Amino acid sequence: MGAVGYDVERIRKDFPILSRELPGGRPLVYLDSGNSSQKPQVVIDAMRDHMMWHYGNVGRALHALGTESTDAYEGARDKVAAFIGAPSRDEVVFTKNASEAINLVAYSFGNPGVADERFRVGPGDEIVISEMEHHSNIVPWQLLAQRTGATLRWFPVTDEGRLDVSGLDELVTDRTKIVSIAHQSNVLGTVNDVAPVLARARQFGALVMLDASQSVPHQPVDVAALDVDFFAFTGHKMVGPSGIGVLWGRAELLDAMPPFLGGGEMIEAVWMDRSTFAPVPHKFEAGTPPIVEAVGLGAAIDYLTSVGMEQIKAHEKDLVTYALEARREFPGLRVIGPRDTVARGGTVSFTIDGIHPHDVGQILDDVYGIAVRVGHHCARPLHLRFGIPATTRASFYLYNTTAEIDALVRGLHHVRKVFG
Amino acid sequence: MYQELILEHYKHPQGRGLREPFDTEVHHVNPTCGDEVTMRVKVDGDQVLDVSYDGQGCSISQAAASVLHELTTGATVEKTLAVVDEFTRLMQGRGQVEANEDVLGDAVAFAGVAKFPARVKCALLAWMAYKDAVVRSQV
Repeated sequence: MGAVGYDVERIRKDFPILSRELPGGRPLVYLDSGNSSQKPQVVIDAMRDHMMWHYGNVGRALHALGTESTDAYEGARDKVAAFIGAPSRDEVVFTKNASEAINLVAYSFGNPGVADERFRVGPGDEIVISEMEHHSNIVPWQLLAQRTGATLRWFPVTDEGRLDVSGLDELVTDRTKIVSIAHQSNVLGTVNDVAPVLARARQFGALVMLDASQSVPHQPVDVAALDVDFFAFTGHKMVGPSGIGVLWGRAELLDAMPPFLGGGEMIEAVWMDRSTFAPVPHKFEAGTPPIVEAVGLGAAIDYLTSVGMEQIKAHEKDLVTYALEARREFPGLRVIGPRDTVARGGTVSFTIDGIHPHDVGQILDDVYGIAVRVGHHCARPLHLRFGIPATTRASFYLYNTTAEIDALVRGLHHVRKVFG
Repeated sequence: MYQELILEHYKHPQGRGLREPFDTEVHHVNPTCGDEVTMRVKVDGDQVLDVSYDGQGCSISQAAASVLHELTTGATVEKTLAVVDEFTRLMQGRGQVEANEDVLGDAVAFAGVAKFPARVKCALLAWMAYKDAVVRSQV
């Protein structure tokens, strides 16, 4: 078992929190990285070091600290650009999180200040998402539809938890302005094949956005190879800090889009009655940005790169293979999502007959120190589609082990005993 | 948290199912976890004649509805509202509040839930629905 040369015990030592005990002497079993990941010492150190020795405001302070801070902040942008294969560093916009990145793009549509035909939206036009989206890739598009009179449509999900593209030709048409779907589902673990959707959208000049919050932390990505238009993800799910996210977009599109938030450093010149704006990416970074968080994200990317994204992907595949095998010995356990490991990440959501997920999660935590997520995981429509109010979700990352999956299975047997 | 009494009520809920006649019916949900309860009350003067309910959710929310049925059916409105107040005080006490067992009866079994802020709303769901239904029946 295990990706070749992958030393998970050594990796675990890089994450101080994984060695802590919970009250009552319970060792921590952290299976909630799809929610938010833990941080390695190098990320903690990089942020601390920046605050201790280099901190100043970026872009506007001319003194030595301002220069050092600006170099570190812009250096993080370079790292992000290289990590996702962005053709240009100026296409990398720092946001607060992935939600803000998606809202930023949605705001650009149907905006009176935008002349570009591709961003004009009104009654008769359509926005296409999918039933497996996180609320952050649903609600901004609902708001856009309400604001402009456009129609929101969506891909259904198959019983196996795959994107149902059988109605693609009917769904993506000359009325479609943008298609925005998850690269990888936060509940099902499904990794979506973007190519057919993209090809169809291109036929009609519709733009394509990927919510990559769950893919960037877990597999190598290359936005140029994916050939999409927009790409959003967040720092805290990829061993970086919370408070920083990324929007990548094609430069010519970002240029055509209106500013999202107005404020300091996003301008070129300001008069009392009007302003002109800075070139991208700064046009979209109003106010003092998350400087220390950007430094932390840069350190996270260095760390992930040093481990190797292919290795991380292979390790997670081993874990999910092991977990899907283990669930067979557990009658009444229903996996919501693919039961095979093809085009699938390390997220396993499930229900257990007759036991509510909140009770499952509570006992796993109280008795065994196992952290899973319970509820609808900000994907309520997906749960409605499967006719269930909630699921229990175990999500794996580079530091998880098969022993932790064994602990989860032991915990679930105990849950069954309490409620049996 | 999972007292025997709670598990017992969860596995064998008392008075479950919506019944006629009733004065008011309310539907309450817990938006963070999707737990829900539909509750009907039948009141005559100051007497609670029946409290019937249906719902779905975790053991805490469903057992709370069952215990509530037992404590309220056949009691006076005034007494049951005193239980609601004491139960609410206990649940919002972050585990620092001494439970008044004389008022609470079997509902004292939920005292441990108060130490888990994320679960307090589960325990309170049925009780808030009951209070809502009774108040509406009085107007």
